[in-house]
Amino acid sequence: MKNNSVTPDEKQIDRRIIKNKLAKGVFFLGTLFGIIVLAALLIRIFTQGIAYLDFGFLSNFASRRPEDAGIRAAILGTIWIMSITIPVSLILGVSTSIYLEEYAPRNKFTRFIELNLANLAGVPSVVFGLLGLTVFVRLLEMGRSILAGGFTMSLLILPVIVVASKEAIRAIPQEQYDAAYAMGATKWQIIRTVVLPAATPGILTGAILSLSRGVGETASLLMIGAMTFIAYTPASVLDGFTVLPIQIFSWASRPQAEFQAVAAAGSIVLLVILIVMNTLAIIIRNNYSKRY
Amino acid sequence: MNNSENKSLVYSIKDLNLWYGDTKALKNISIDIPEKEVIAIIGPSGCGKSTFIKTLNRMVELVPSVKTEGSIHYKKLDIKKAKVESLRTEVGMVFQKPNPFPKSIYDNIAYGPRIHGIKDKKTLDEVVERSLRGAALWEEVKDRLDENAFGLSGGQQQRVCIARALAVEPDVILMDEPTSALDPLSTAKIEDLIHELRKNYSIIIVTHNMQQAARISDKTAFFLNGEVIEFDATERMYSNPKDKRTDDYISGKFG
Repeated sequence: MKNNSVTPDEKQIDRRIIKNKLAKGVFFLGTLFGIIVLAALLIRIFTQGIAYLDFGFLSNFASRRPEDAGIRAAILGTIWIMSITIPVSLILGVSTSIYLEEYAPRNKFTRFIELNLANLAGVPSVVFGLLGLTVFVRLLEMGRSILAGGFTMSLLILPVIVVASKEAIRAIPQEQYDAAYAMGATKWQIIRTVVLPAATPGILTGAILSLSRGVGETASLLMIGAMTFIAYTPASVLDGFTVLPIQIFSWASRPQAEFQAVAAAGSIVLLVILIVMNTLAIIIRNNYSKRY
Repeated sequence: MNNSENKSLVYSIKDLNLWYGDTKALKNISIDIPEKEVIAIIGPSGCGKSTFIKTLNRMVELVPSVKTEGSIHYKKLDIKKAKVESLRTEVGMVFQKPNPFPKSIYDNIAYGPRIHGIKDKKTLDEVVERSLRGAALWEEVKDRLDENAFGLSGGQQQRVCIARALAVEPDVILMDEPTSALDPLSTAKIEDLIHELRKNYSIIIVTHNMQQAARISDKTAFFLNGEVIEFDATERMYSNPKDKRTDDYISGKFG
């Protein structure tokens, strides 16, 4: 090898190759760690809970005897809560994102609001629970009801839906707007015929992902006073309620070993629901995503 | 083509000035544009030619910081007093990059009539066929009208955009460098199409390509730094430019 040449010597090349392999190893180990933890979790839950998982488990109310315990009230509670949360959070979230992206003037105030939306998405759910307790349960006198729970949950996931919808709207190229404007469309016609069709897959993906966060949500609903033992089917939005994760939490905190297994069975059901929702989000994203 | 003085005007522009924020983009533009002719707007990048044609259908107002002065009359109507929605129904536009909607070919063409309230399926069918024939695309796509317009080639997409503009039955078609993203073959097809369209429409076309302007236009306006340097019959301007700068640009000394 020549001196004063930019060509590296063999040793230097060997060192680089080793570093290259090392980097790959570190990243692989990082990934492996996550996979092992996930597998351990699944194995533990399934071996523990699968024995209790039968039709009775889905159709029974909670019980003092582990073999009779079921998640009927919890599943119904989750469905009731979601049937309020989905329309409320979608209507408010999509309206907010359309206003911010399409109508709001680009000034400091708008930027301030957008920044705070992103911050809200990171606020711990307990804080939202406290807000729900103060505003819905006490101030608006909804009591510890499904209605109060649904509204609290809507507030909790609203920022995430707004941020996801804003991203989906912002991804639409200006040329699409130009085409519609140039034919004499009004802003509302453009929102209806260009913006919403193009943004819907992104909005739905974001909504489903945040709703699946909501399905697993415990802290905020405990704050507003969700119950842990319910032996009736809720008949209206003003009834008390419990939801799956709270039911699981209450079983898991009992001393008897059998209830640990019942909690595991509940976790399996919750996991299945979450996997179904996330799969749905992926399918929507893949099938309806548009390339411009 | 020297009888254009006798034709009625589609546009009469007087002392048009335009600013983007503090930057002046158009300076004292006063020109009259006759009906049923092809007007080419040429000039180097950033000379204001795109800005100029976007003032004609008020698309330029979509830029938040824009400010205009002076007057633009479209067939004796002050466009500032017109509703933009009805102005843009009479003045269609085709853009630099083909921008069909991510919808079927049919829905792309029917978009304009639909937003103007036409729902009748038979009427829409007729409009779609007439517009696609007008854009010389009918024979190529008549069997796959329900396919996504994104599946077409770039040149076909641009003709979809022309057909889409024709579907609202405009009098004027503005074209902002409609062939700059296309290959030579597609460009030739669009140029042939412009020849056909000039029988029924007034066309104002911005182009980077001086040969294209020479091939397709009746009159040419040469823009430089936001000013109209020269506006004349294309043949006269290319063979005998009055201004030294026009001569320099046409002969390729700059730009």
